[in-house]
Formats: sequence, structure tokens, C-alpha cells
Amino acid sequence: MAGNTLIDLMNISKTYGKDMVLDDFCLSIKENEFVTLLGPSGCGKTTTLRIIGGFETPDTGKVIFDGKDITKLAPNERQLNTVFQKYALFTHMTIADNIAFGLKIKKKSRQYIQDKIKYALKLVNLDGYENRMPDSLSGGQQQRIAIARAIVNEPKVLLLDEPLGALDLKLRQDMQYELIRLKNELGITFIYVTHDQEEALTMSDTIVVMNQGYIQQMGTPEMIYNEPQNAFVADFIGESNIIGATMVEDRLVNILGVNFRCVDEGIGNNVPVDVVIRPEDIDLVAPEKGIITGTVTSLIFKGVHYEMEVMANGHEWLVHSTDLSPVGSNVGIWVDPFDIQIMNKPESEDEEAVGYHE
Amino acid sequence: MNNRKRWLAAPYTVWMAAFIVIPLVLIVYYGLTSNKDGSFTLENILLIAEPINRKALWLALKLSFISTAICLLLAYPLAMILRNRKVGNGSFITMVFMLPMWMNFLLRTIAWQNLLEKTGVINAVLEFLHLPLLNIINTPYAIILGMVYNFLPFMILPIYNTLVKIDQNVINAARDLGANSFQTFLHVMLPLSVPGIISGITMVFVPSLTTFVISKILGGSKIVLIGNVIEQQFKTVNNWNAGSGLSLVLMVFILISMALVNKYDKNSEGAGVW
Repeated sequence: MAGNTLIDLMNISKTYGKDMVLDDFCLSIKENEFVTLLGPSGCGKTTTLRIIGGFETPDTGKVIFDGKDITKLAPNERQLNTVFQKYALFTHMTIADNIAFGLKIKKKSRQYIQDKIKYALKLVNLDGYENRMPDSLSGGQQQRIAIARAIVNEPKVLLLDEPLGALDLKLRQDMQYELIRLKNELGITFIYVTHDQEEALTMSDTIVVMNQGYIQQMGTPEMIYNEPQNAFVADFIGESNIIGATMVEDRLVNILGVNFRCVDEGIGNNVPVDVVIRPEDIDLVAPEKGIITGTVTSLIFKGVHYEMEVMANGHEWLVHSTDLSPVGSNVGIWVDPFDIQIMNKPESEDEEAVGYHE
Repeated sequence: MNNRKRWLAAPYTVWMAAFIVIPLVLIVYYGLTSNKDGSFTLENILLIAEPINRKALWLALKLSFISTAICLLLAYPLAMILRNRKVGNGSFITMVFMLPMWMNFLLRTIAWQNLLEKTGVINAVLEFLHLPLLNIINTPYAIILGMVYNFLPFMILPIYNTLVKIDQNVINAARDLGANSFQTFLHVMLPLSVPGIISGITMVFVPSLTTFVISKILGGSKIVLIGNVIEQQFKTVNNWNAGSGLSLVLMVFILISMALVNKYDKNSEGAGVW
């Protein structure tokens, strides 16, 4: 996967009126990488995509594509294509004409265009839809056509702006696998924008977690999920218990007055930290076997697991388990040392948002 | 539907019968009967073949066509500009263009008469600046000017309405796929705004074709459009049968344009302004 750098965003800033959307934003994207920009609405992820696509011009900074500065180029002069939110198909054209649009503009031969339409429809599993109109297709089918319309132009990069946002859950999951398959078959770079952490974890090679115009953390899905760098990332990706604690010494952290063994070293002695413990990493055991004990205060059946809240040492611990402990029962809480993730405590509100730059 | 609700629709039914259906039936009746003995005849319809009437219809068609074309040329770029402005929900802009329409139609036309007269405001200014005088009052040009001025909003609004409904991402998609601004306009914007264009054309063409006020005030007595012929038949000659017969002929032209609208304008883009 280690390819060359294809896109370099260098010190990009963008403001809308008084709103600073991106502030000195830097990001490198490699060839043949599936990169997901993940964050809540207003975090700057869509603006970043629009700047790469050429629909916005940054106030400052440069966009380098394949070694060339494309900051000022119009969208039609860039070698990348976008799949828009809500499909944006041309409703006055047939499916074939939609797909052929980019190729006709580039004045490709008739035969070439015909072959490409066939190939693209096959790729998105919609052979035989050439003469249908976009309105007669379902949302999922329209989204596939939007993808087909983009990829026939053989872009080096495909930009996807929350393409699955308008689809229902089942279809969304199916399309996630489709997208992974497409990316592998095409061998091009995908830059994907979403606020859905599950989509990001499923499909990405690299996830870029963004908040308030800053990168909070960048890494593989496993890294982001298992080793969140700050409370924002931990909270945004999946559910978690974030608890203020004190690092007593290497491999020993004091949580709510009780010492837990952990695997982190080199943070220092008696340093205040935040710990993240995923709800599925907590084991409920007999009270005498637990590190601390508490009482179950709520129990909800979630299908795959039970979601329980356990009051222990003044904190509501969120626990996911396939074993049920009834409300009111006394339980012990056990956490394996490697399941405790230690994060530096932010010194101020601001620092929480600043994150780090790679 | 219960009886109470049906009763509520009664005033509307009465209104339609009294002011739409009955007048229409009367026009057809008068148009197809002789003014001498009341027997069935086609002679009122065939009056259109008389040279003077034929000329009036032809001139009306010609001037309406030119006015409609000018309105389209003026309105489309303006509607594009308004769309790209994105001022709030467009209500301010809409108001600016509707504002002249709040003034009486006659008043506006008479104002133009005063402006264009040989000794009118415009010529006074031109004379003061030692520029050549404008002599278009009582010519077809003045009539076209009056039509364009009065009916331009009916062209702008339906086009603007279709243009603002085009998703910006559809335009972005065209750019993204390699089309430059002109290609995007030609292949995406223009085809998607066809319903608005068709509505606008009808809403300018129909009133232009039937007008007799504009031609009377700005065209003087020498220029006779089909609307003036019909008016004279009713008011001066007092031959309602001839007037009705010519009205029926004119109605055929209007129905043709309405058929065009119904074919394209499925969402009644421009219905709001009527």
C-alpha cells in the first residue's frame, strides 16, 4: 500500500464570513489509498473535499496534485472526479447519456464511449439500464450510476461526498462492500467524506478524524479505534468510558481511587491523564474477583449484546456484554491491562481541538 | 366528500359558470351564427381571410413573436444572474421585478406614450443634449417596446423558478466531468430550464397576440392588430358575430401554444404569476 504521495494539502485555510472552517490544514494522501475524512458536521471535511475537487478556493495554502500546483485550476481541468451527495444525476438524460457525459465532452470515439458505458454498468451491477431515465431508478441504483459516471473518465482520484447518506441501513452496508470491491478493481485513490464512524471503520485504509477544522488523529481504523489520541476521538469513534485518572507510575494507573494495571510507560509519575475503556472490554465478574465493585443500574437489550450501566466508585460505567447481569445486582469490574488506553489530558479547551499535525 | 364541503365549493362553481363557461359558450354561439337571421354560418370565421384582417393577424403574430424573442433574450441572462446571486429566498429580487406590475397596466402604457411622444420627455432630453430625436411613437417599434416592458416579468419569473430549482451539485457534476462553463450551460442548464422557457414564451406570447390597448396607445390609429379589429367589431361596428368569429380564430392560436405548455410544463412552473 505504501505508494507515492498523490495529493498534498499544504497549510490550507478557509473562512466563510467569520467562521474559520479550516485553519492551516495539512494532509498527504498516497496513491491507491482509501482515505476517509471523518467528523461531525461543520468539522471542515466537506470543505476539504470541495477544495480538492476545485469547487472552493482556499484563502491561503496550496493543493499539490501529482507534483503540480492545482490550487487555482477549475474543476473541469482536474484529473479527478466526484460522486456527489444525493447523486446529482442529469435528470434530462438517459443513464447511458449520463455516463457518457464526460467522455462526450472529451470527444472520445463513439465505439470507445459505447464500450465504456457497458463496462461501467457491469462494474456497478446495472447492465441493461442504458435507456432508463434516472428518475425511474431507486436511490441505491442512482448512486451506482453516479459512481459509474465518474469512473468512466478514469480519474486518478475519486472524491465521494457522503455518498451513502441518503440510503437506508441495509443498502448502506451493501454499498460499503461494493465500494471496497470497486476500489480494489480500479486501483485508484478514494477520498471519502462521512460522519458515520462505522462506514469509516469498514472501508478505510486511513481515517482522518477531524473536528473544528483540525485533524484530531490520523491512522488505520485499528489505531483510531484502539488507541484514540484524545477524548474527542475516543468519544466520536464508537462508545467509550472516558474517565479522569492519575498515572501512578509506569504500568499503573489510578482510576477513581483504585489502582489498575496497564501497559503504558514513560508518561511519568503522578501525572493526571484521561483513560479510555471501550464498553466491550469491560468484563463483569463476581464481586470478589473484580478490581472494583458496583451495582447494575440499567439494562438494555441491543440485539448483539446487552448494554448495561454499572455504578462503581461514583462513575457510571458503560458495559457491553453478551452475558446478562440483572439490574440491582452486585458485580465486579475487570479490565485487562492492554484494554486501558491512556491519553494525555488536554490542558485547556483549545488544545483539545488543536490535535496534532503529522 | 360530505355535503358540507361540497356546499363550500358552490361559489366557485357559480363563478366559473357565470364568468368562464357562459361567456365562452356565447362567443362560440355568436361566432357560428349570422348577425342577420341567427342561422348557422362560417362567414364570421372566414372573415379572417379578408386582406385587412389577415394583415392585422399577421402583424400581431409578427410583433408578438419579436416581443417574445426580445423578452427571452433579456430575461434568460437576468434569471441566470438572479439565480447565482442567491439573495435569501429571492423574495426581494422577485419584488423588484413585480413592483412595476403593481401599477395600473394602462397607466404604465400611457406613461410610455408620454415618454415617447414627439415632444415627450425623452425627446426633450435628447434635444437638450443636441442628439438626434427619437421618432418611434405610432410605429411597430413602440408597440414592441410596450409589449416587452409590460410582459417581461412573465418571462423572467418562470425561467428564474426553473433555474433556482436546479441543484448546484448537478452543475458542479457537469464541471467535474470536464465541461467548461459554456458546455455546462448548453448541456445541463439550458435543457433543464426548458419548462420555464416554454411557460415564459406562452405567458408573453398570448397576451401580446391579443392586446389591443398597447397598440392603440403606442401605435396610434394607423397600426391595426387583430386585437384592435376584434375590439372595433364589438364596440364600433357593433357586429358581435364578426368579433366572436375572429376571436375564435385567435383562440386556435392560443390553444396551440397552451398545448405546447401542457406538454412541457408538467410542474406548472410559471402558474404562480397569473
